[in-house]
Amino acid sequence: MVEVTAKAGADATLSTPLQAMNKALREALAEDQSVFVMGEDIQTGTFGMTQGLVEVFGEERIRNTPISEGAIVGAAVGAAMCGMRPVVDLSIATFAYVALDQLVNQAAKNRYLFGAQANVPATFYLISYHRSNAAAQHTDRPHPIFMGIPGFKVVAPATPNDAYGLMKAAIRDPDPVVVLADMTTVRRRGPLDGDADLVKIGQAKVVREGTDVTLVAFFTLFPALAVAEKLAAEGISVEVIDPRTLAPLDMATILRSVRKTGRLVAADIAYDTCSAASEVIASVTEAAFGSLRAPPKRVCTPMIHVPFSPPLEKQIFPDEARIEAAVRAVVATGQGATQ
Amino acid sequence: MAQNSNREGALLALRRMMMIRAFEERTQKLIDRGDVIGVMHSSIGQEAACVGACLALRDDDYITGTHRSHGHPIAKGSKVDRLVAELMGRSTGVCKGMAGSMHLADFSVGSLGESAIVGSSISIAVGAALANRLRGLDRVSLAFFGDGAANTGICHEGMNMASVWRLPVVFFCENNRYAVTTPLSQSMAVEHVADRAAGYGMPGVTVDGQDVRAVRDAVTEAVARARRGEGPSIVEALTYRYGDHSYRLGALSGKRDPAEVAYWRGRDPIRIETERLRDEGVATDEDFAALESGVQAELDAAVDFGRASPYPTKADLWSNMYEDSSAWEGTPWSK
Repeated sequence: MVEVTAKAGADATLSTPLQAMNKALREALAEDQSVFVMGEDIQTGTFGMTQGLVEVFGEERIRNTPISEGAIVGAAVGAAMCGMRPVVDLSIATFAYVALDQLVNQAAKNRYLFGAQANVPATFYLISYHRSNAAAQHTDRPHPIFMGIPGFKVVAPATPNDAYGLMKAAIRDPDPVVVLADMTTVRRRGPLDGDADLVKIGQAKVVREGTDVTLVAFFTLFPALAVAEKLAAEGISVEVIDPRTLAPLDMATILRSVRKTGRLVAADIAYDTCSAASEVIASVTEAAFGSLRAPPKRVCTPMIHVPFSPPLEKQIFPDEARIEAAVRAVVATGQGATQ
Repeated sequence: MAQNSNREGALLALRRMMMIRAFEERTQKLIDRGDVIGVMHSSIGQEAACVGACLALRDDDYITGTHRSHGHPIAKGSKVDRLVAELMGRSTGVCKGMAGSMHLADFSVGSLGESAIVGSSISIAVGAALANRLRGLDRVSLAFFGDGAANTGICHEGMNMASVWRLPVVFFCENNRYAVTTPLSQSMAVEHVADRAAGYGMPGVTVDGQDVRAVRDAVTEAVARARRGEGPSIVEALTYRYGDHSYRLGALSGKRDPAEVAYWRGRDPIRIETERLRDEGVATDEDFAALESGVQAELDAAVDFGRASPYPTKADLWSNMYEDSSAWEGTPWSK
């Protein structure tokens, strides 16, 4: 049973992103009768986010579904176009593949296709697996797929405050929002003291200021911060940016940072091809080529399926060692060049 | 809506069938002339199914449609001028020119949109019914789908979900015997789509889809059951499309058994209803001629309206994307 004791406000209380999203759901369900939650096994709350909700809000609004991902998503779209605000818990992110037609052709396109006659205010919650010992079918990181589908807003909170704020923002949003949690951080404890209104969709956060290199961390915030801390001792000043929203990317914040540091590393748990990291590097190269003092670097996963064998799995994801090596390489390049 | 004894209702039903046929014939002419560009799937031959199903619905009930779906919003009461303008890609179109022939939606009459991915819209109707339940409304959703869609996974998922939740849905199958060119015998091991209803724990009936009154009566019963909170039903209308899968496709022309085509053309839904109204003394040939000329005049005006309407502007490329696009402020296309 997840205890949700933290309150938004002055008192900082340690919580997890799962508990923070549970709190956001409770508040949204209490505030707005059009909000309901559906998904597989959500009444027992197998993954923790929806625990305890059915006891308060009942089986009509906390709705266990058959294992029918396509119909779950399609029904959410239909309900959303008819006055409801469904929150769909698809649990493991790769289950979304089963429902791709409904996500891409219905959820993302209907407002546009129908000339804005209806909105689709639905929230789709997914957990990206990596380093989860679950092998290839469960362990994909599909955020680049969703970034490549117009019509979705895509958020990826890493901390309790951002999980709380962005889940609330997603539910309130009049458009479809994909909320991508991270299996390696959903149970990581941190302060929950934020005000939901302070976290807006589309705003990145400079988590640590620095002057030598910009490190944009997609689902890699904590290894990125550890690298920044370690290199600070050697006099290398790393600016760490948590994008928080993946669509649209807050390029203004990223570009401001790169224009200051002149260097860019983008870390991402996705495959390197068409990753969030490659998108950031392409956009920075287009918009601020003249500010770059070194070629940017991606730290991603190679185009290899995720193996089960734990020692092998560890090697393919961006970890502190690989991020550190990339930062060092970028900082070592172009020393002495002028901006 | 219409009762047998109600002359006005009966003529409205006939007029809607005539309008659907005339709309399809006019659209083919507009394609020939280049006024309409793109793919067009005609529902000529299936008019009684479209109209009969919608006769059983209230104005505030919902429908979802398919790629072969010009007839559905017409049957539900849409104005044809905005449908023609949509086919022409004009800003006055029912979807502002963003949808075209295969994705008509008219929320003003409860038409929640048509999906050209076969089967896909079935789950949308299930979701609309879920919204009705959660909002405490007694509205019903009717999903139009074809015999081809009956074999999709989403059809199975939607039917099971609606039944286990006892949602107010009518799954209305227009069984026209062909999925593009593949005959029913190659795609289904049971004879009727409605035979599958037992597996979902819901009623299923098969009706003569060329008889608008038989369709209306069967759907009326399914709608009443749904509105009483007793759950979904399957109504399967046996019907036939006279034309190819899509206009000028040339895939099926001349390949169907001539006896089969002759049989179904002999069971023309508009002729069946016209002759019945004449036999019953409800309406005369003069009435039918007046209806036909009224339909043609309305379509003439609709075509003029479409031609006179502007195309959407570049700003519409972006404006239809998001209700709240504030997060995109300053990006090139958002201006």
